[in-house]
Amino acid sequence: MAEPLWFLAKRSAAAAMICITFTDIVGNFATIQGNSMQPTLQQGHKDFISLLKGDVVFYEKISAPAYKYCRGDVVVLRSPTDPDQLMVKRLIAMQGDWVNVPGSHEIHQIPKGRCWVEGDNGNLSLDSRNFGPIPLGLVKGRVTIKVWPPHRIGRVERVLPEGQVMFTDIT
Amino acid sequence: MFSDIARKFCQVFNLFCCVHVFHAHVGQLHYVVGPSMFPTLNATGDLLFLERFSVRFQKVNVGDIVVACSPENPRVLICKRVLAVEGDSISVLPEPYAQDAAKNVLIPKGHVWLQGDDPYKSRDSRHYGPVPYALLQGKVQLRIWPPHSWKKF
Repeated sequence: MAEPLWFLAKRSAAAAMICITFTDIVGNFATIQGNSMQPTLQQGHKDFISLLKGDVVFYEKISAPAYKYCRGDVVVLRSPTDPDQLMVKRLIAMQGDWVNVPGSHEIHQIPKGRCWVEGDNGNLSLDSRNFGPIPLGLVKGRVTIKVWPPHRIGRVERVLPEGQVMFTDIT
Repeated sequence: MFSDIARKFCQVFNLFCCVHVFHAHVGQLHYVVGPSMFPTLNATGDLLFLERFSVRFQKVNVGDIVVACSPENPRVLICKRVLAVEGDSISVLPEPYAQDAAKNVLIPKGHVWLQGDDPYKSRDSRHYGPVPYALLQGKVQLRIWPPHSWKKF
C-alpha cells in the first residue's frame, strides 16, 4: 500500500540531491533584477507579465573553485553589504592592477586577493566605485549565456572597457 | 551485464550527490593547522567539524569560531574567532605590544571582525580589515581529533 509512495519519495529525494549538486558544482540560472548591467542584461519588472520580459541567464560555477576568472567577464557575486543578495557585475580588474575610477581622477591599486567589479550602466550601478575592491572569494560564478527572452538568446561576451585598467602580470 | 554496471554507476553517483549535499549544506570536516588560534586550537593540527546552518541563516554570534575564505587569497581557508558583527564598534590594538595605540573601528553592514586568539601570531582583520559575511564557510562546533582533546565549542 505504502510501497508506491515510498518509491516516489526515494526517487524524489535522489532527484533533489542531483539537482542541488548540479546547481552547486556546474551552474545555475538567474533572473536579472535591476538596471545596473544595461544594455548587456535587461531586468524583469515586479508584476508577473513583465517578469517574463526580463533576461534569464545561465552562470557556470566550474571555474569557481580555482577562481579562474578573466578581466571583462560578467560574474555573479555575493553582495559585500548583504550576504543574502547576489549581484551581477563585470569584473574589471584583478589583484595588482591599477584601475581608474570612471568620472573622477582617482586611481586605485587592487590589493592582494581582491578584484574590482562594475556594472555596465554606470549611472545606476552600486559596485566597486561605492564599496571599493572586493575579495575574490565573493565571486560565485561566471555568466555565460542568456537563455530568455528568445530574441535575446546569445553569449554574454567578455568585454573590457578601454583605458580604465593598467594590468600587471600577477594572475 | 551492462545494466549491472549502469545500476552500480547510478548508485555511486547518487552517493556522491548525497555526500556533496551534506558537505556543502549541512556540515564539513576540516583539518586546521596553524598557531593563530593558540591555545584554543593546537598549532600542530586539529580535525574540526563545522556546521553550515548558522552561517546560512545568519546566526553567527560574537565569540564563535568560524572558518572563512581568506580575503587575501580565496583559495585559502582561515580559522578565526568573530569578535564583532555589523553595527558594533570595537577597540582594536593594531600591534599587541603597543597598548596605547588603540583605535575604534565601526563594523560596516554585511561584515564581521575576525581575530585569532593568539594576537602575536595571527594575521586577521587587524591587517586586512572587516571581512564580508558572505566569505564565512561554517561555524566550528566540535574538535574530533586528537581524540584526547575532544571538545564542543
